Amino acid sequence: MLSMALATRTDRRPSLTRTLWASTIGKKTVMALTGLIMLGYLVAHMYGNLKIFFGPDSFNDYGHWLRVMGEPLLHEKWGLWIVRVVLVVAVVLHGVCAYQLSRRDLAARPSRYVHKRPRASYATRTMRWGGVILALFIVWHVLDLTTGTVHPGGFQPGRPYQNVVDTFSTWYGNVVYIVAMLALGLHVRHGFWSAAQTLGAGSATRDRLLRTTADLLALVLTAGFIAVPVAVMTGVVS
Amino acid sequence: MRLTLRVWRQPDPDTPGAMVTYGIDGISEDMSFLEMLDTLNEELILKGEEPVAFDHDCREGICGACGVVIDGEAHGPERTTTCQLHMRHFEDGATIDVEPWRAGAFPVVKDLVVDRSAFDRIIGSGGYITVPTGAAPEAHATPVPKPAADLAFEHAECIGCGACVAACPNGSAMLFTSAKVNHLGVLPQGAPERETRVLDMVATMDEEGFGGCTLAGECATACPKGIPLQSISMMNREFLRATVRGR
Repeated sequence: MLSMALATRTDRRPSLTRTLWASTIGKKTVMALTGLIMLGYLVAHMYGNLKIFFGPDSFNDYGHWLRVMGEPLLHEKWGLWIVRVVLVVAVVLHGVCAYQLSRRDLAARPSRYVHKRPRASYATRTMRWGGVILALFIVWHVLDLTTGTVHPGGFQPGRPYQNVVDTFSTWYGNVVYIVAMLALGLHVRHGFWSAAQTLGAGSATRDRLLRTTADLLALVLTAGFIAVPVAVMTGVVS
Repeated sequence: MRLTLRVWRQPDPDTPGAMVTYGIDGISEDMSFLEMLDTLNEELILKGEEPVAFDHDCREGICGACGVVIDGEAHGPERTTTCQLHMRHFEDGATIDVEPWRAGAFPVVKDLVVDRSAFDRIIGSGGYITVPTGAAPEAHATPVPKPAADLAFEHAECIGCGACVAACPNGSAMLFTSAKVNHLGVLPQGAPERETRVLDMVATMDEEGFGGCTLAGECATACPKGIPLQSISMMNREFLRATVRGR
């Protein structure tokens, strides 16, 4: 009775973490969760950026508050560092999973079709390189406006308003930022939809809502972020 | 109809293949795509050449044996199997490219024939329910809610042809595996093995070298049986549920 033996087997299975990390669905789950963490951060970041339209005092005060948020429960900058650590872990896990899954995906389709035709949407096809572009952008962005290492025209700690105006007064600052934000919009458009499906939220009745939410998030984030360099270029913020 | 065919010819798995051009005349628009290939093969045999090898069986669109990529699309321009695709969907004088399924897990055996036994191993790892064989049970003994029966039937329509894998840019078998997991998972008969089934079938799917899902949606577009893309999300839900429950 081999079949009954199969039904009653009691062999041990690997742990939850191991099952997840060893499987393609598990790695995609990690990507979905870390992606949603980063997406949540981006919404807050974009919202905070818009304070620049209320003048230098409002924006600089907000910048200072980021350092003291959570007080008195948290010590100065602790809240900031917690956010930073969570984000670094999220970015690294997201990137490692993307790299491992991409290698696997490319190996699973070793030879191409002779007859080529356009496949999938632009946002879907650009996820991998778009992700690499975003990673490079983050490095530049941190060196420019957090550490000031590559900041044009003298970085002034504690005066973010002036630093932002300086960056967007250079042509390359505008180009790099705007291109990266367009890439972000495409990445979020497919990423949010894909994350929802990976986490099992997809269904015939819900898919339309999920797609609309993905489009809306992509649009609002891109427009909200790009508003700042456009405002500096047009002199609305100076 | 007069057609120009460019067909992938490959004598064996280890010899590199290439597209070979054939002219063919006198094709009726009422012929199926496979009957058109039969006509080509008759001519090749009469000329003393090796006929084009391709898989086929029922030719009724229900067995899943046939399947080639036609002009870059799995099963060609219509949403059906290659055997049920008729030549009336092509222009007279057209040039048609015919290629085998392309995936690392589906190695080419010869010409248009690929080895799809990886699918059998996925099924073997959990695509069944364990019951003692014998007389058929009383049909009313196990009530099945109508929505569950409909959902199970929708997924049971999968014939395992492999078009989803062929169409996927990642050579992923997620749509196939999800059809099987969901088919049995929603039925009371499949409930006792609900967790082990999805964990084992996904593990085998990964071991066989299929790629991961990037939600490109090509699989559901190519599927001749209309297995929806939501099936993948449904299986992801099942997988995560089984992982958390610890089977």
